[in-house]
Amino acid sequence: MMPVVLWTDLLVWLLMAALVGAVLLIRRQPHLRAPWGRVARDPMAMAAALVLAAYTAIALLDSLHYREALPPGPQGEVHYAPEVKSVLDRLLAPLVERQEKSYSAPFATHAFARETLTGPDGQTIRDFPRLIHGGAHLADPVRDRAADILARLAAGLGGGLVIWLAWLGLRRGPRRRRHPQLPWRAMDVTLLALMLVVGALVALAPHYHVLGTDKVGQDVLYASLKSVRTGFLIGALTTLVTLPFSVGLGVAAGYFGGRVDDAVQYLYTTLNAIPGVLLIAAAVLILQAQMEAHPDWFETGAERADMRLLFLCLILGVTSWTGLARLLRGEVLKVRELDYVMAARAFGVSHGRILGRHILPNIQHIILISVVMDFSGLVLAEAVLSYVGVGVDPGMYSFGNMINGARLELAREPVVWWQLGAAFLFMFILVLAANLLADSIRDALDPRTRQRT
Amino acid sequence: MKGLKVRDLQVEIRSGERRLVPVDGVGFEVAANECVALLGESGCGKSLTALALMRLLPEGADIAQGTAELDGIDMLALPEREMRRVRGGRLAMIFQEPMTSLNPVLTIGQQIEEALTAHGDASQPGIKHQARELMTAVGLPPERLAAYPFQLSGGQRQRALIAMMLAGDPEVLIADEPTTALDVTVQAQILALLKQLQQQRGMGLLLITHDLDVARDMADRVAVMYAGQIVEWASRETLYQSPFHPYTQRLFQVLPAISRRGQRLAQIPGNVPGPEVRLEGCRFSGRCLRVMDRCRQETPAWRQLSPDHGVRCHLADGVDPMAAPVAAPAPSETSASPSAGEGAAKATGPVLALQGLAVHFPVRTGLLRRTTDVVKAVDGVDLEVHQGETVALVGESGCGKTTLARAALRLLEPTSGRLELLGRDIRQLEGEALRRQRAAMQIVFQDPFSSLNPRMRVGEILEEGMRALRPELSGQQRAAGLARLLEQVGLPQDVVGRYPHEFSGGQRQRIAIARALAVGPALMVLDEPTSALDVSVQAQILNLLADLQRQQGLAYLFITHNLSVVGYLAHRVAVMYRGRLVETGPAAELLTRPGHPYTRLLLGSVPGRGLPETPASVPGGQAAAPGGGCAFAPRCPQMRRECLEEQPALRELAPGRQAACLFPLV
Ligand SMILES: Nc1ncnc2c1ncn2[C@@H]1O[C@H](COP(=O)(O)OP(=O)(O)OP(=O)(O)O)[C@@H](O)[C@H]1O
Ligand code: SF4
Ligand code: SF4
Ligand SMILES: [Mg+2]
Repeated sequence: MMPVVLWTDLLVWLLMAALVGAVLLIRRQPHLRAPWGRVARDPMAMAAALVLAAYTAIALLDSLHYREALPPGPQGEVHYAPEVKSVLDRLLAPLVERQEKSYSAPFATHAFARETLTGPDGQTIRDFPRLIHGGAHLADPVRDRAADILARLAAGLGGGLVIWLAWLGLRRGPRRRRHPQLPWRAMDVTLLALMLVVGALVALAPHYHVLGTDKVGQDVLYASLKSVRTGFLIGALTTLVTLPFSVGLGVAAGYFGGRVDDAVQYLYTTLNAIPGVLLIAAAVLILQAQMEAHPDWFETGAERADMRLLFLCLILGVTSWTGLARLLRGEVLKVRELDYVMAARAFGVSHGRILGRHILPNIQHIILISVVMDFSGLVLAEAVLSYVGVGVDPGMYSFGNMINGARLELAREPVVWWQLGAAFLFMFILVLAANLLADSIRDALDPRTRQRT
Repeated sequence: MKGLKVRDLQVEIRSGERRLVPVDGVGFEVAANECVALLGESGCGKSLTALALMRLLPEGADIAQGTAELDGIDMLALPEREMRRVRGGRLAMIFQEPMTSLNPVLTIGQQIEEALTAHGDASQPGIKHQARELMTAVGLPPERLAAYPFQLSGGQRQRALIAMMLAGDPEVLIADEPTTALDVTVQAQILALLKQLQQQRGMGLLLITHDLDVARDMADRVAVMYAGQIVEWASRETLYQSPFHPYTQRLFQVLPAISRRGQRLAQIPGNVPGPEVRLEGCRFSGRCLRVMDRCRQETPAWRQLSPDHGVRCHLADGVDPMAAPVAAPAPSETSASPSAGEGAAKATGPVLALQGLAVHFPVRTGLLRRTTDVVKAVDGVDLEVHQGETVALVGESGCGKTTLARAALRLLEPTSGRLELLGRDIRQLEGEALRRQRAAMQIVFQDPFSSLNPRMRVGEILEEGMRALRPELSGQQRAAGLARLLEQVGLPQDVVGRYPHEFSGGQRQRIAIARALAVGPALMVLDEPTSALDVSVQAQILNLLADLQRQQGLAYLFITHNLSVVGYLAHRVAVMYRGRLVETGPAAELLTRPGHPYTRLLLGSVPGRGLPETPASVPGGQAAAPGGGCAFAPRCPQMRRECLEEQPALRELAPGRQAACLFPLV
């Protein structure tokens, strides 16, 4: 087995490290701890955070890549499989391997389309064939399916419940008084919901296609889980790309004023005047052409898709920094005139130190709020862009590609709804959780909303 | 009885488990045709009382008990639907900030008409006519009905707001600090207008204020509030001649005034407690000089000393209600401890010398942002400040005081003129050389809440200057310096590790002073250092400043609009009008015999000496300055034809006194 570190993997793990670092920093600084404490006491925010944590876990598991070793060659040399897998793929192996021929509805035992079959008596009939894997263990699907599903569901839910109870016991146990201020009730309920869902899936997914299969017979649940990483990356990495632009340029414009301000303002008014989608489409198409012209650049398809994803983050970032930059410019204009900045200038403190000690710490809440707020917007933007065809690599799992794939089938009768439905459900929960958390963070950090309470 | 009768009003705020009671058993009455002042320092619950009466309490705050009867009807018990008719009708309120109380996208006329429609007959021509009448009543020309709020000055806006509130023909008008955001000259006009309207219409007026002098000018009866309770309630004469409650007595003693020059001000130790501090016994006991054992355990009950005089203090127990009120005890620490001698030492050269200093801001408009005009915020100022001397810079808001101060410290680039610090021309200095000079000049700001970085510990704040300007100091030396500084400004040593939000306004101002002192300046610019503070805390800061000046021979450039503070503290005064000095001279002379008509106008507007004669006049001076002539001419009662032809320069009136007027008063 050979570990493969894709660029985006590296960035994701760096981001996680930065996040952990930030949490440690916040715990040490009382003035940061107070507002975050307010977030931590908000039941809605903590429930949302747990859901987001589940998504993050999926994305992280999907960011540990490797290539499997092939059986050694005649001279004992080691070869590696061409496809790059992730730990998540390994965990979901039952889902990956259980490929059907084409569409099948959730929990179906038969394919979605009729096929010409040869009956036992040699007659050819047109009928719905049994699926290769979905419900294959049932002797008489029509008779047994409902009972089997219910039994497995009950077992799965039961298992989830047991784990949850165990967790509850652990928490209520000897170390129970650790963090009495946290909204444990809401968190427990969320955890229970998560456990039940996971339990049910673990029990059912190996035997049925819980969310159906897509055109090539791929399990839709698997596709949805794989799409999480893409959405997560687009949301997180893009903001990472925008930050240097928006913070650097916005703060410089506000602080130095004059010509710097004029230049920055000119830049973002011009950029804003060009429709973002056009810019993105142009950039992505150029890149696509380049990559096709140089297939030797990448060793594996995954690396190629990864590069394209990274590039998409980059170009999305370049086109979307203007909003935050404008916001920061305005805020810095205000902070710059505050008396403590004047006092620092009266001491002859250098610009760098004034920026670092007086300006940035007092606008950081705006940066943070806008980053969390933008996250969900970017997840949605990816879906739209991929749908239009200028998003991530078509071979990559992403919500946009799922929707794109489902587009044509919506016209069928009966409708193939599950692919779109699954993408919608996964995205909806992610975006909702991100927005709820963002709202709570804004309420806690924004001095204007704080005054009211 | 007609009028408003409040009994036992209690407002509570619930936040989670905690229950705060910022207004606790307040009672008073406002008869028809009477002005009652509700007097108290910040945070004592004045505004919450007013909002409770209007039933406009902010979210989370509720009326826990009490009644407020208007003509026998308890308004606190009315259903909200009926209350809506009372509000703005029989009971109206004007707020402190005239800009935010008016809707910026509607004209004044539309807003007054809206108020009229809501509370009266709805015939269109009648309403137009009434609106014009209201405008005349508040001293605004009816043509201004078509103006938008941003086109009016602060005083005009407050007048427009008063007109709106009069639309419902209220029986009682509540005015919450109606003039705090305004200049003294405008304040005097608005107060006079309110008084006149109250008398003409036979209204009750509940005036909420923190200013003892304003209350003296306006009120018939005064309720003194402290920490959520009324502690004294008396007619104006009684209260100002023989205050009974130790707090009221003390309030009078801490006021700076020209008569207290050279004396140390009496102070009230400590700070005004907020509602989160739960106090046992008397709420003033922690700061009271006459505190007894009993005061700390037993809450004093309300005592009536005479029919029109009540107090909440144990001292009243021994007093025969009908006997003459006790005289105020002699304040113990008013023993004369002169601040820096009257004629400060001028042997050495000036610490700061400005010659023809000008700051012009370009007005850039259009796409190409061409400079189309300049704002002459400071326009040719000559000024000297000597060692150990306090020079007060006074003038209305917007006259350029702050700009002058910032330019003098080179926080702003002056457009022209000479700028000397300790004999060195610092206008030419750049970079490192300028940085080294900065140690000699420091500044203390008005707003103690915006002058300290909320994200830095006090220790870091205080060390910042030392690190930047005295890099040669070792960590140990800095720590020792810090300890000495804290001692000097009267703060405990353990503040170093705490953050600014943990401190009260007065303490923050001490920190700001310590920060400036840290680098050993010769000159301190004090930009309204006490105007955001309570009077009881102001005295502490003024004493501290006087002490520091005496010990270290600091030169102060003291910017303020409070002429009582000027009279108390300043050696010399410079009066500024529209970017120019119009009069300078020794404080004692200038304040008693002003030479420039503008100085006289300022002095005449200071509250506490009765209201000006001609209240309803439209404030002048909003017109553009005439080209060439005296800038003050549009507002000057002495104006003659010559004044419009020539801009008067500063001329010597007497040794050490100058005024820029063709026809000076002395
Ligand atoms: N950066 C600026 N650009 C343009 N005009 C300005 C600027 N700063 C101040 N001004 C104008 O200069 C004039 C003087 O302002 P300044 O702040 O010095 O007044 P001030 O006397 O300190 O008033 P206050 O008593 O309200 O503090 C005002 O008309 C103000 O609007
Ligand atoms: S009750 Fe006691 S502590 Fe309170 S004001 Fe009177 S004398 Fe002072
Ligand atoms: S010069 Fe004339 S207008 Fe100006 S202040 Fe003197 S008397 Fe008034
Ligand atoms: Mg100012």
